[in-house]
Amino acid sequence: MDIELKILRYDPENDRKGHWEFYKVEADPDERILDLLHKVKWFEDGTLSFRRSCAHGVCGSDAMVINGENMLACQVLVKEVSNPIKIEPVRGLPVVKDLIVDMEPFMDSYKKVMPYLINDKDPGDRERLQSQEDVEKFEDTTKCILCAACTTSCPVFWTADSYIGPAAIVNAHRFVFDSRDEGSKQRLEILKDVNGAFRCRTAFNCTSACPKGIQVTKAIEDVKRETLLNN
Amino acid sequence: MKIIKHSFDGVIVGAGGAGLRAAIEAAPHMKLAVITKLYPTRSHTGAAQGGMSAALANVEEDNWNWHAFDTVKGSDYLADQPAVDILCKEAIDAVIELEHWGLPFSRLENGKIAQRRFGGHTVKEGESPAFRACYAADRTGHMILQTLYQKCVSMGVEFFDEFQVLDIKIEDGVCKGVVAFELSTGDIHIFESRAVTFATGGFGRIFKVSSNAHSLTGDGPGILYQKGIPLEDMEFYQFHPTGIYRLGILLSEAARGEGGILRNKDGERFMERYAPSIKDLAPRDMVSRAIATEISQGNGAGPDSDYVYLDLTHLGAETIKKKLPDITDFVRTYVKIEPINEPIPVQPTAHYAMGGIPTDVNGRVLSDEKNTVLPGVYAAGEAACVSVHGANRLGTNSLLDIVVFGKRAGESMLEYVSKTKSTSISDSAADDLVNKINNLIEKDHTDEFSVGRIRNDLQESMEENAKIFRSEETLSKQTEILENLRERYENVTIFDKGKVFNTELMEAIELDYLLDMSESTVASALARKESRGAHSRQDFPDRDDGNFMKHSFAFKNGNSANLRYKDVELGKYEPMERKY
Repeated sequence: MDIELKILRYDPENDRKGHWEFYKVEADPDERILDLLHKVKWFEDGTLSFRRSCAHGVCGSDAMVINGENMLACQVLVKEVSNPIKIEPVRGLPVVKDLIVDMEPFMDSYKKVMPYLINDKDPGDRERLQSQEDVEKFEDTTKCILCAACTTSCPVFWTADSYIGPAAIVNAHRFVFDSRDEGSKQRLEILKDVNGAFRCRTAFNCTSACPKGIQVTKAIEDVKRETLLNN
Repeated sequence: MKIIKHSFDGVIVGAGGAGLRAAIEAAPHMKLAVITKLYPTRSHTGAAQGGMSAALANVEEDNWNWHAFDTVKGSDYLADQPAVDILCKEAIDAVIELEHWGLPFSRLENGKIAQRRFGGHTVKEGESPAFRACYAADRTGHMILQTLYQKCVSMGVEFFDEFQVLDIKIEDGVCKGVVAFELSTGDIHIFESRAVTFATGGFGRIFKVSSNAHSLTGDGPGILYQKGIPLEDMEFYQFHPTGIYRLGILLSEAARGEGGILRNKDGERFMERYAPSIKDLAPRDMVSRAIATEISQGNGAGPDSDYVYLDLTHLGAETIKKKLPDITDFVRTYVKIEPINEPIPVQPTAHYAMGGIPTDVNGRVLSDEKNTVLPGVYAAGEAACVSVHGANRLGTNSLLDIVVFGKRAGESMLEYVSKTKSTSISDSAADDLVNKINNLIEKDHTDEFSVGRIRNDLQESMEENAKIFRSEETLSKQTEILENLRERYENVTIFDKGKVFNTELMEAIELDYLLDMSESTVASALARKESRGAHSRQDFPDRDDGNFMKHSFAFKNGNSANLRYKDVELGKYEPMERKY
């Protein structure tokens, strides 16, 4: 079938602002949107720029806005979206070129929540014990691939980029609810900040946007509650 | 373009499991940079699913010697046995260390790390399938990558994200540093560094249907190969039996470890005929050959009779949800099938390079078949060939390889840096790369010589002629095709002339490495007139220990390779016929 792609392009070396470009590609209904972008790049217009790597939703490189919603281009099939397909860079992070945004502010927020296990006790020479039930308390948030689909779908983040954003809170959750971690006090202190978890207005955009199906809004609520309990 | 110079003691190229593990070892004691063309968490370690083996004996009696026996037998006796001993012995501490750093392993009732069965892993040297693979649901690689990156963040390791290393400078046989391209600006960066570790992963993108990421283009092996460093055992490339039909997306062997069964179009459990004792849990080379054989005999399913089924329907919704959540999601997403109720169409997919940059057990790169060490240069992970996987890698042993030998490469960098003085790299170090880039930018774009078209023809022809079954005829044909592709590549052109995120320019340079990988693979495969592990010659169907119990070393010679050989290091396991 013939598919029309409408892509928001921006070349910082030549454009003052973004503009739409249109491409027609021949596609199979089972193909991924990423496959269509590759058809354009490889066989029509090599200047089209976007990030991608694994092509099956595990590396988190190709979050973009497809027909108005945040998705991974490699995780959506042609038959699942209406034609023409409108593709834009994610919102709230500076556009560098075409569908590529500056990820540094996003990574900075992630690093702020101390996203690593904190426990100074000597664990000995075997594994620490942990029940499967305890693993399941934080297993959902371990699935995060740092694609930024959640954070860049958040209306609070769009208007206030100082907000730490859903992804950073998800990664804090992963440790706050891990029975082996002892760093929650410091972490929750950071999340109590004016730009922390309480800026969330529970719009649930993040939950719909997450390509890994993480219950992002619920995780944020869990963290808010823990912050209050920690006081 | 600007040229910017940095000075470090050590540089690690690649930030997957091997690169990050090396960084954790080296970073506290030297000025270290980790350079990656992606962001670290986007490395393909994250796509590994099923588990990481170690004889923890959490479920049943186990012993690292049995793990070593299985690895050697799985390798079709081409692995170096002293290296395998290190891999399997150090596996135990490697898993425990990851747990200590926070890896969220799935757990047993008693709170210990859970372990599951996997292909080719047995207890008591073949008695029955072993519960040896430690796992975090079916996203073990993702959790290893995340955990190692988290550890690096906590240590303040210095990363250069989205910088692509494209050259190494070796003067008088001594490493001086690397040259990289900064994707976001197009600037060139010279990294003065007396120790360099390559951990750039594999090169599955030489084939059309692959489980590998688009970024797996053999950059590290390619950079060294072009400098005259040989590549070891390139003829051994693993095809994973269960890729999603046509897409090649990996469906973990854990699916069969948990009881999944392969069936042909008639619903027959055909692995019973190929590996009567361990059936669907036979090593990957044997299962992939069995599938290819079923398909060639007309037993494949579908309108083109070109796939078989992976049947999980008898496992029950609960097991699938708890133990195989991600792979069943892939099936729902890409095939629109519910694996709880319906069998999944699968076909073998290009998955893992057993071969690569030759190293010793300490990650030191070897510049020839006589074990001559190249000072200051290291390699680990899939980019390297130690060799612990020989002619066929067992499932789960790659995640093990990256942490065990990543750590060792980091230790070797440290030792080298502590014993040598800082080096100086000349300001002209960037000249070769600058010329290469200017050449590509200046040529007018033509359709015939576009990156996409040449790469497409490469992948399709490698798929056709150098996949699971090979012969003199197919390999010779591929040799000619590669000569033609190389001629076209000499004229390759790009459309994008810009500086910012010129990913087309990077793809053009990566295509050079893909051609190198293909040329060395085909030349090595043509010269190995036997069948062993993943290398199956239809014209030489038997293993020939008399002539080929040795590793191949391919040295770049124009568009082809000169081959030399090195004897396999044997140990306590005598080569025997490989039956399961």
